[in-house]
Amino acid sequence: MADEHESHGHGHSHGHDDFTDPPSDIELRVKALESLLVEKGLANREAIDAVIDTYETKVGPRNGAAVVARAWAEPEFKTWLLEDSTAAIASMGYVGAQGEQMRVLENTDDTHNLVVCTLCSCYPWPVLGLPPVWYKSAPYRSRAVSDPRGVLDEFGTSVPETTEVRVWDSTSEMRYLVLPQRPEGTEGWSAQQLEELVSRNSMIGVEVARTPEATGSAG
Amino acid sequence: MNGAHDMGGMEGFGPINAEPESAEPVFHAAWEGRVYGMNRALGALGRWNIDKGRYARERQRPVDYLSHTYYENWLAGIETLLLEAGLVTQDELDTGVAAGLISEELKPRVLTAEAGSQVPNRLAKVLLPDEAPPKFAPGDRVLAKNRHPSTHTREPRYLRGHVGVVHEHYGTQLFPDLTSQGIEKGGHLYCARFEAMELWGESAAAKSAVYADLWEDYLERAE
Repeated sequence: MADEHESHGHGHSHGHDDFTDPPSDIELRVKALESLLVEKGLANREAIDAVIDTYETKVGPRNGAAVVARAWAEPEFKTWLLEDSTAAIASMGYVGAQGEQMRVLENTDDTHNLVVCTLCSCYPWPVLGLPPVWYKSAPYRSRAVSDPRGVLDEFGTSVPETTEVRVWDSTSEMRYLVLPQRPEGTEGWSAQQLEELVSRNSMIGVEVARTPEATGSAG
Repeated sequence: MNGAHDMGGMEGFGPINAEPESAEPVFHAAWEGRVYGMNRALGALGRWNIDKGRYARERQRPVDYLSHTYYENWLAGIETLLLEAGLVTQDELDTGVAAGLISEELKPRVLTAEAGSQVPNRLAKVLLPDEAPPKFAPGDRVLAKNRHPSTHTREPRYLRGHVGVVHEHYGTQLFPDLTSQGIEKGGHLYCARFEAMELWGESAAAKSAVYADLWEDYLERAE
């Protein structure tokens, strides 16, 4: 696990070293609950470990990047992906909870798509993993629908005034994945090479895909 | 319910301050992962559904919901669900001491490590049928009803009373307003487009629109 120090970007600045200080109230409360559940037989620790491991190491945004890169590289797959997103994504093995029904939203010169869940934290787990803290936070959830261009600005993303910004509020069990525009200068690249350009944030729609220059790839 | 979770259009929360994508861990502390894992494990017992889970988090006092971090809200939701399902007593939560064991009928449902390493599939729980034909079709103008149910709903406040256009009929999905009350029933689901100007008036962002997924019971035909 990466560092657990300092600000977590979700409103708490602990300002201490978790390795030496006594556990916090929340840590104790969680430990107590888990012990109780285990003692009662309602849950077992190995199953909880397995769930954590699955979402820390197996399911994540590289899945979505593989889908996007393949759509860039294979026109027939892209057509299928836009016509029947659920089936095309399932064909690559990305299925399950929070991705039972999928719609892929294509960014073009005319349209920029942005995904939010104003009511909670709905997010396409099979292709993107668990959502980042900012996606679940009040600032993003409140303003993505009312001030999408301001939100994009905060991510350093400039969308021309002539491009329509469409915000998709994930209020049902339908899940959305943005197909970002393929960066220029990538003609002839393989799907594997293209994957490196597909950031998680570009598949939520708050950023565009990385350029070859930004990744230092010569193609 | 008109709770603190229904955030679309609220102001004053400050900047987004996203962590760099390359630096953000899946869980920011070990306890967050434990909460996530417990939520999945307990969900496998089948004593509640996703909308009951959402409703349990939303029912916190607004000041608590807003001041908690994300997984603190999940923890609060889990405790509420455990108590309401009768799986744990308040005394057990307070003392951490088990007063009794799981019932025999629930034992086969306890999540195993093998099942926990698989991605769960809820398809059969999500795509519930509705025998009635759909009332709306793409292109229809629809009004998001001015509803204020005191229980769980997925019709956000910022859409209520506004007119949009049906973009797509998504088929039928579990209807959250009833599902959260323990009645698992399907309802026709539509994606509708609302122009930014219709929702936000003069402060609307130029050339933008919101698409939201709304069940048939949230909508009526607009002229």
